[in-house]
Amino acid sequence: MALVSPDNRGLRLATRYAVLTIIALIFCFPLVFMIMSSLKPSEQLLLDTASLRAFLPIGDISLDNYSAAFKRAPVGLFVFNSMLVTGVTVVLSLLICSMTAFSIVFLNWRGRDLVLSIILATLIVPFETIAIPMLLLASKLPWIGLDGFTTGWLNTYRVQIVPFIADGLTIYLFVQYFKDLPHELIEASRVEGASWGQIYRRIVMPLAGPVLATAAILKFLAMYNQYLWPLMVVQQEQYRPVMVGLQYFFQLNIAWGEIMAYLSLITVPVLAFYLFLQRAFIASIASTGVKG
Amino acid sequence: MATSSKLTSSNRAGWLFALPGFGLMVVFIILPFFFAIALSFTNQRLISPNPTEFVGMANYKSLLGVGMITLEPERDASGDIIRDDSGAPTYPKLRNFTRKNPDYPKLDGMREWTSWQSGENRTYVLARDVVFMRAVLNTLIFVLVVAPVQGGLALGLALLINQRLRGINVYRAIYFMPVVVSIVVVSLLWRFIYDGNNGLLNNILSSLTFGAFSPIDWLGNPDTALGSIIGMSIWQAVGFHMVIWLSGLQTISPTLYEAAEIEGSSKWQTFRYVTWPGLRNTAVLVLIVITMQAFALFSQIDVMTSGGPLDSTQTIVFQAVERGYGKQDISGGSTISVILFVIVLSISLIQRWLTRERR
Amino acid sequence: MKLFTLSAGAMALTAGMSGAAFAQTELTMWYHGAGNEVESQIINQIVSDFNASQSDWSVTLESFPQAAYNDSVTAGALAGNLPDILDVDGPNMPNWAWSGYMQPLQIDEAKIANFLPGTKGIWDGKLYSIGLWDAAVALVTRQSIIDELGLRTPTLEQPWTQDEFMAALDAAKASGKYDFALDLGTAWTGEWFPYAFSPLLQSFGGDIIDRSSYKSAEGALNGDAANAWGNWWQGLFANGYAQATQDGADRDTGFNTGKYAFSWNGNWAALGTLAAYDDALFLPAPDLGNGPKIGAASWQFGVSASSEHPDGASAFIEFALQDKYLAAFSNGIGLIPATPAAAAMTENYKEGGPLHGFFALSQAQGVLRPVTPGYVVQAKVFEKAAADIANGADVADTLDAAVDEIEADIEKNGGYGH
Repeated sequence: MALVSPDNRGLRLATRYAVLTIIALIFCFPLVFMIMSSLKPSEQLLLDTASLRAFLPIGDISLDNYSAAFKRAPVGLFVFNSMLVTGVTVVLSLLICSMTAFSIVFLNWRGRDLVLSIILATLIVPFETIAIPMLLLASKLPWIGLDGFTTGWLNTYRVQIVPFIADGLTIYLFVQYFKDLPHELIEASRVEGASWGQIYRRIVMPLAGPVLATAAILKFLAMYNQYLWPLMVVQQEQYRPVMVGLQYFFQLNIAWGEIMAYLSLITVPVLAFYLFLQRAFIASIASTGVKG
Repeated sequence: MATSSKLTSSNRAGWLFALPGFGLMVVFIILPFFFAIALSFTNQRLISPNPTEFVGMANYKSLLGVGMITLEPERDASGDIIRDDSGAPTYPKLRNFTRKNPDYPKLDGMREWTSWQSGENRTYVLARDVVFMRAVLNTLIFVLVVAPVQGGLALGLALLINQRLRGINVYRAIYFMPVVVSIVVVSLLWRFIYDGNNGLLNNILSSLTFGAFSPIDWLGNPDTALGSIIGMSIWQAVGFHMVIWLSGLQTISPTLYEAAEIEGSSKWQTFRYVTWPGLRNTAVLVLIVITMQAFALFSQIDVMTSGGPLDSTQTIVFQAVERGYGKQDISGGSTISVILFVIVLSISLIQRWLTRERR
Repeated sequence: MKLFTLSAGAMALTAGMSGAAFAQTELTMWYHGAGNEVESQIINQIVSDFNASQSDWSVTLESFPQAAYNDSVTAGALAGNLPDILDVDGPNMPNWAWSGYMQPLQIDEAKIANFLPGTKGIWDGKLYSIGLWDAAVALVTRQSIIDELGLRTPTLEQPWTQDEFMAALDAAKASGKYDFALDLGTAWTGEWFPYAFSPLLQSFGGDIIDRSSYKSAEGALNGDAANAWGNWWQGLFANGYAQATQDGADRDTGFNTGKYAFSWNGNWAALGTLAAYDDALFLPAPDLGNGPKIGAASWQFGVSASSEHPDGASAFIEFALQDKYLAAFSNGIGLIPATPAAAAMTENYKEGGPLHGFFALSQAQGVLRPVTPGYVVQAKVFEKAAADIANGADVADTLDAAVDEIEADIEKNGGYGH
């Protein structure tokens, strides 16, 4: 046992915080820059970028950019659309991808290895390269809704949701996490006669807190930042998401102040979602009793 | 025997669980990708009144075609080599051989990719599409730098942030902030920072060196542009992988750490023999995800440099989009994506094979 | 309660719409002005005026942000989902017409006889699109700068020669008062490059493509004239007159804050410059050997090929061509009105107005970008070549490569119907 004097411990603690804080400064400056800039008129904003003034709320400070942004574009509508599409996709994605991963890791079925290889291979396909075939497909897909049988998914919410529910990354996240869970637990409950559905619901998913949080935030980010796809399949303002909305601000004389205000506004939901998940994250860590 | 197969083999349940996810992927990723593969053997345009024709491997040849030519130095009337001011021999212009020269039909339309001296002569490697070759090379550089650096830094941050300290959640949130902001937005912000005249980076560097540092046009200089984009990309995405590492760290059983503590192992030993083995699956995941994302490098390029200056930041996906959409050559764009797919697939197969051998 | 009012409102709206549909046939229209409040107001005004003016047609408008507009139209065309009326950037029209998603306008040529030449979108001998305005580029500077540097003020009749232009840049550089002598706007990647810089190539006697056949660029883009242009162009950057890579903010505010002595900029930025300097000057393009040239053609209206009511769509476009609307757009967003009569109704372009010069510039110096479906690709190739040369690439090799790429593309497309 080493003897640790209280002073020494205090110093070590201080060093730790110092390191953490310096790194924090490196990571938070764009957000600070964005928010501070959103309070300044464009001309001052551009002059300030040359110095540390960019990070300080000094000069001509007001909320004018925010009211101007709301005047220029239906910001509330865009955020609503993005939140709706993102929220639904995340929930469905967590459910369906975890089921697929569950099946791959715990069940033994013909074709399993092939399916996993194909899923992994899809990680290599960048979305940009399949967008055109997907567009042709989406314009012809059938749907049964309130108004009966229709074809063509353009200008809807579903065309922004359904294609992105299942993706290789999310499935792979679950697969890697499930591999580390104790298989004896599953086999034991199998012997006791539990159905696969029960095992999924009562044993595996309750243990999946950390990976659910990780998968959720990653999916959230990917969906919230969608640009190319909604641009191609949505021609009506009422379904437009936030990143397409950003283009409303790139006029010939770019209003940087308004852009910063808009960006600050659309970043709030993502940050809130992450903070919320982080708490859930901590809770699930606490429940499994893992120490740092 | 019967019990064991009942335990583990369950075709019906297995497919039932996997089908919703796998089925959606077949419809929305795999089928469109097969369509893209089919397009790469045609001359299909994004929009055109001309009929689509099967062209075989023509798209692949025009992207990947390479050639070689060795030129003798120019000589004056007396047979002496003509040298330029610095004393190096001069050579006839390449364009005399590669443009509409009936003696060299195979080289028609090619451009210099690289060259070297062999005695008095100079040997040129020519490529039918030099820009694409640059794109492949740049992408590989990007992947080779970003994968280890970003993965390592992310692990360091995850370990740092996994401590039990008061207020650690605040830091955890801050480290993740760059990920929360869309890459398009981050690229816009960094353009201000990298600005060549009065950008923040130049100003900071010049005040740190008391003015000795002369400003660099980070994105406008072919020597620094790719490096600048690499730096920004690592900074932006490192929090993403930190989160994946973190969730991996959570799966390591606390009893192992307790045992290590009782054994009196050092911090490094604990990491080496407890933490790292426990992160094996996570490490594979992080490496694969970073590699895939790095190969898909596009948004940063699109916002910050459009592939310039002098092709120093061309990438494979940027070229695919530029051709497929910008130049309406959807078959050319599809060909590039198939080539990318083959490159990445071979790399991961080689990776797999290597790791399998070692075990 | 709130929900109820909302659904009641929706029902009333549906009822109203079906009632209207009974009398008026609905036409859809896409426009690129989303996010520009003034522009949206004017176009909405035209639409509602039109709908009220007759009982056959009812136009509904869908606005897109400009940066996303072309991609939206391409996607719409692929998915078979285009509106009746769409607007199109002039040089893109031949591509859209050739690809089969626009049809000729049913508008009497006599009605547009007095329109600026750059506003008429003619492809294959037929009028496909017509613009309410044109845009023009000028060499922007200040009277005080001209005086201080001791330069002759160029006129339309007697523009600067290449030597005079270079002497002006030298004088500005030697004065040491400016970061750079000339602001070319290299920060604006994309269509700005061919729009603003290919006329300079034409002023040297070169071109992006041989316009007699539209099938070859050999000699036009890599001949002696083009090489002369390339060397001159490269010199602008190598000798420190201008920046090859420029910050977007410098482009927007640089000239107005005194960083540059001259700025090569469009009339849409002129109102800002006038607000910054009361002695702002808008000079004609220099004559680099083959006459002074500037780019012409801006956004125009057309009818989609899939429209079932081209007569109604054309009727709307004809309605929009009234001088009062031309003047409204000009007053609102600073564009050059398409007719002299409309120009006389505007603040800035009327005789004696601060921007009157632009109208004359557009008439006298405006040249169209190549009128061919292949322009979409040629513009990209030219942009890359100009950027590479600016960054120091070998001029002859770069231009040869550009020619090869343009010709390969033309061949792949079966000659683009020429």
